[in-house]
Amino acid sequence: MRQFARRNPRILVGGAVIALLLLVAIAAPFVAPYDPKLVDVTNALLPPSPAHPLGTDDLGRDVLSRVIWGSRISLSVGLIAVGIGFFVGVSLGLLAGYIGGLFDLLAMRAIDALLAFPALLLAISITAALGPQIQNAMIAIGVVAVPAYTRLTRGQVLSLREREFVLAARTIGATPLRVVVRHIFPNATNALVVQATLGIAAAILAEAALSFLGLGAQPPEPSWGQDINYNARYLSNLKWWMSVGPGTAIFLAVFSFNFLGDALRDALDPRLRRAA
Amino acid sequence: MTQYILRRLLLMIPVAFLVSVIVFTLLRITPGDPVLVFAGEERDPAALEALRHEYGLDQPLPVQYVVWMEHALRGDLGRSLRTRQPVTQAILERLPKTLELGSAALLISISVALVVGTLAALRRNSPLDLIATGFTIAGVSLPNFYLGIILILVFALALRVFPPGGYADFATEPVDNLKRLVLPAITLATASLAINLRQVRSSLLDVLSQEYLRTARAKGLGERAVVLRHALKNGLIPVVTIFGLQIGALLDGAIITETIFFWPGVGRLAVDSIGGRDYPVVQAIVLMSALAFMVSTLAVDVLYAWLDPRISYRRQAG
Repeated sequence: MRQFARRNPRILVGGAVIALLLLVAIAAPFVAPYDPKLVDVTNALLPPSPAHPLGTDDLGRDVLSRVIWGSRISLSVGLIAVGIGFFVGVSLGLLAGYIGGLFDLLAMRAIDALLAFPALLLAISITAALGPQIQNAMIAIGVVAVPAYTRLTRGQVLSLREREFVLAARTIGATPLRVVVRHIFPNATNALVVQATLGIAAAILAEAALSFLGLGAQPPEPSWGQDINYNARYLSNLKWWMSVGPGTAIFLAVFSFNFLGDALRDALDPRLRRAA
Repeated sequence: MTQYILRRLLLMIPVAFLVSVIVFTLLRITPGDPVLVFAGEERDPAALEALRHEYGLDQPLPVQYVVWMEHALRGDLGRSLRTRQPVTQAILERLPKTLELGSAALLISISVALVVGTLAALRRNSPLDLIATGFTIAGVSLPNFYLGIILILVFALALRVFPPGGYADFATEPVDNLKRLVLPAITLATASLAINLRQVRSSLLDVLSQEYLRTARAKGLGERAVVLRHALKNGLIPVVTIFGLQIGALLDGAIITETIFFWPGVGRLAVDSIGGRDYPVVQAIVLMSALAFMVSTLAVDVLYAWLDPRISYRRQAG
């Protein structure tokens, strides 16, 4: 493990930054200097200062504290949405690839239909239909993520199904479920781990966009996307700090996951190593 | 070739059917009784029932779907709940503005990706290459609404080089139109530029290491001819597919970009309609975007097959 990390310093760096982000999110009540919802109009619209490193918004709320608390929403939506997409997508891919036939045909046409939509637009319409709530945004982003995992898993199953070790497992009487779960799935994990890491980045970005459009977390909950939208009205007065805080936070979180995913791809996916 | 296109079109039919079912379902699971929206102040149960009957909302869902589909195929996607304007008309009015923004962004994205990507691949590990590779991750990590806000802050509010948003008609005020186009086009182009740049660079690196380029150099061709005539020609084939996938990303990006820059296109219409619970408009935009995306994907696949003679048209599509 240590050797692996030494040979892949980018994985170490990316992983460390993400660990730090998660830590901040978990420890939000202890690291945030103020209550993120505490209104203090006497201190409204203050530029960054030692007391408020990222300034305050129009209600005097501390921007840094809102950014720290906002990481909870962004990271949990990222993780849960990818969890939904991963679980549904991988199960569907394993089934479609292994059972084949009519089930495969129908499942893949449904996946094609999901892929026919521009991703964000589909997430927007699902969230709008279910009602603008953070849980619904999570579901919507998860649904949109399903096709990538299904296609990846199915492709792996198809290429592994006739290989000797799978035939051997079947010959000694392993049940189909066992063959799929114990013999085929482990061979697909590398590609899936890469996809999931990059998927978290995409999910955080999608959540921020949905919240920016008012379809995610609702005020006064601190949320990066929603806060940017709320504070954008003060842009014309050049009160930049209220947008820059949450904006930079989104960038940092998404960048870390993309960076780690990229490093993992170079390390785990030998087919792509050449082009990197 | 014709056969290939025909088969692909046939394959599109079941997918298009499923797409329409998804869009219809999303419309129907939306909370709130649409009749109450139509009826305004009317609360008399008998009158509401009559309205429900008039709009066919008392029919079973499959019947409603068939009726909706029949109308949709004739280009009738209903009326906007807010303006009573036919939905198709509302979308067509705004479409040219979205196309203008989209083409400008695509132009920036493709041309910069080609030039910078080629240079980065030729001078591997040079400062330019490092900046370019860094940008390929940073560009896709930057939310476009945040990028748009930064551009507005710096170039519109602080430096006052470009207007912060809005739209001017090209026919009457061409200069103003282009000035207002710059910031949103850059905003929309950035994420897709990052992806294209990465693809151009990596497929060119792939080609540059191949034997036939050594042959080309061995027969005495100048480096310029080797790169332009031999490397780029083959190296750019995979890039075409990636460009094609950008169409969907651009549609997504337009929603946000148009909202920030007050660009009166289809994306902004979608956002306004979601805010105003104007579901017929939202559904129509979703349906038309999905169809446009499917057609553009097909067009790219055809182009790809035409560019690369190694791909057989007869091969079964996965």
